[in-house]
Amino acid sequence: MVLLVVWQALASYINSDLLPAPATVATVFWLEFMTGQLPYHLGVTLLRLLVSFFIAMLLGCAIGIALGRNKKMDAFFDNWLVISLNVPALVTIILCYVWFGLIESAAILAVVVNKLPNVIVTIREGTRRLDQDLLEMASSFNFSKHKMLLHVIWPQLHPFVMGATRSGLALIWKIILVVELLGRSNGMGYQLHLFFQLFDVASILAYTIAFVAVIQLIEVMILKPLDKKSMRWRR
Amino acid sequence: MSAIDINIHSKTYPAIDQVGVHLAIKNLQLSIKSGEFVCLVGPSGSGKTTLLNIIAKLDKDYEGEITVGRYNTQSKIGCIFQNPRLLPWRTVRENIELVLDTSQSLTIVDELLEVMQLTDSQQVYPERLSLGMSRRVSIIRAFAIEPDVLLMDEPFVSLDAPTARQVRELLLKLWHDRPHTVLFVTHDLREAITLADRLIFLSARPMSVVSEIVVTIPRTERHKESVVEIFRQRLLNDYPEIKQLL
Repeated sequence: MVLLVVWQALASYINSDLLPAPATVATVFWLEFMTGQLPYHLGVTLLRLLVSFFIAMLLGCAIGIALGRNKKMDAFFDNWLVISLNVPALVTIILCYVWFGLIESAAILAVVVNKLPNVIVTIREGTRRLDQDLLEMASSFNFSKHKMLLHVIWPQLHPFVMGATRSGLALIWKIILVVELLGRSNGMGYQLHLFFQLFDVASILAYTIAFVAVIQLIEVMILKPLDKKSMRWRR
Repeated sequence: MSAIDINIHSKTYPAIDQVGVHLAIKNLQLSIKSGEFVCLVGPSGSGKTTLLNIIAKLDKDYEGEITVGRYNTQSKIGCIFQNPRLLPWRTVRENIELVLDTSQSLTIVDELLEVMQLTDSQQVYPERLSLGMSRRVSIIRAFAIEPDVLLMDEPFVSLDAPTARQVRELLLKLWHDRPHTVLFVTHDLREAITLADRLIFLSARPMSVVSEIVVTIPRTERHKESVVEIFRQRLLNDYPEIKQLL
């Protein structure tokens, strides 16, 4: 609310197309929504986000757990991990497009490659901190691999997975926009690029708000309840 | 027939400075009869926990042989650790049910909860339990798998005296109803006399057997502190070598 008031005040003071008033943005939002343009591009981007997010999380958890449990493997891949963490996102995106062409799978791959090292590092850290006493207890009672993973290891990794999820969503959607801007003909990134060329700030803001709203929704509807569920045993 | 035969030539640890090794156990031979309640008594840090870990097959890095149960049959081993080691994200009941085989019936859980006076707390998460209650849960968990051999590693340490006595009595009751071999580690001689059929005194590291003593007090007399105390005094007089181990 405070943000809205400040925005309105600033917009009426400056009175320029470069900072449209909230009402203008709302009108643009409504028009874009009714024509189906906004839902379409938002949907395309969200789909890419979902696919690349799940691929990155699954691969990242598997590799992270493996590295956390196996010292030799960890020592071998540690340098690779540090290097891949620090390759600029733009470089991997360009390389993916150059090597595999301007296709959908190249776009997804570029996002996954950017996100993966983050997940691996977080999960590896979590795996290193697993409670040795509980693991010993579980093996003394002859827990099966499945029981061990589901009831002993996973609950301990949960906070780390949630951390990776939150930072992952934020990172991925920023990268996806760049990926779309550079090599796709639909999605939020493509649209924003279009509006940029037209200096259409109102549309840019309208799209941004739509996206932020979706992310907020994911947080409130999915992540918060998950947090709550996993915290129920804490004092 | 012995339930456990232990013959460890040596068990070593790498030293902290990575040069040389620490000898934890040297030439340790023990034989435990089936259904026997044996207390291992020795100074702290002598390697008793290491020995239990070896018997429980958690530690396989040693030289020697261990046989648990008749050969060719898989003996079930129940462990009760120094700390209760309950999974904090599962309730008391879920913690116990998790260790059961799928073929086992759940009625044993109810019975054990009843005996240990935890029926009212079965839906509670472990972080809300007192230490004494957590210890009782971990005892139930080990009994629930109906083990052939029970390994207990100072399970009553840091409990206040009345609570410890209560849990000890409950343990004896469980053991009386479901007899099986128990290996109980402690450094409290009174506790050992109250519980055991036989005491085995172990030296500081490298650990080996100093002496073995059969407790001759009838089980019905064990709850009397004076009887235990007289036996203890006699032990200390007759076997001066065990004094330094306590």
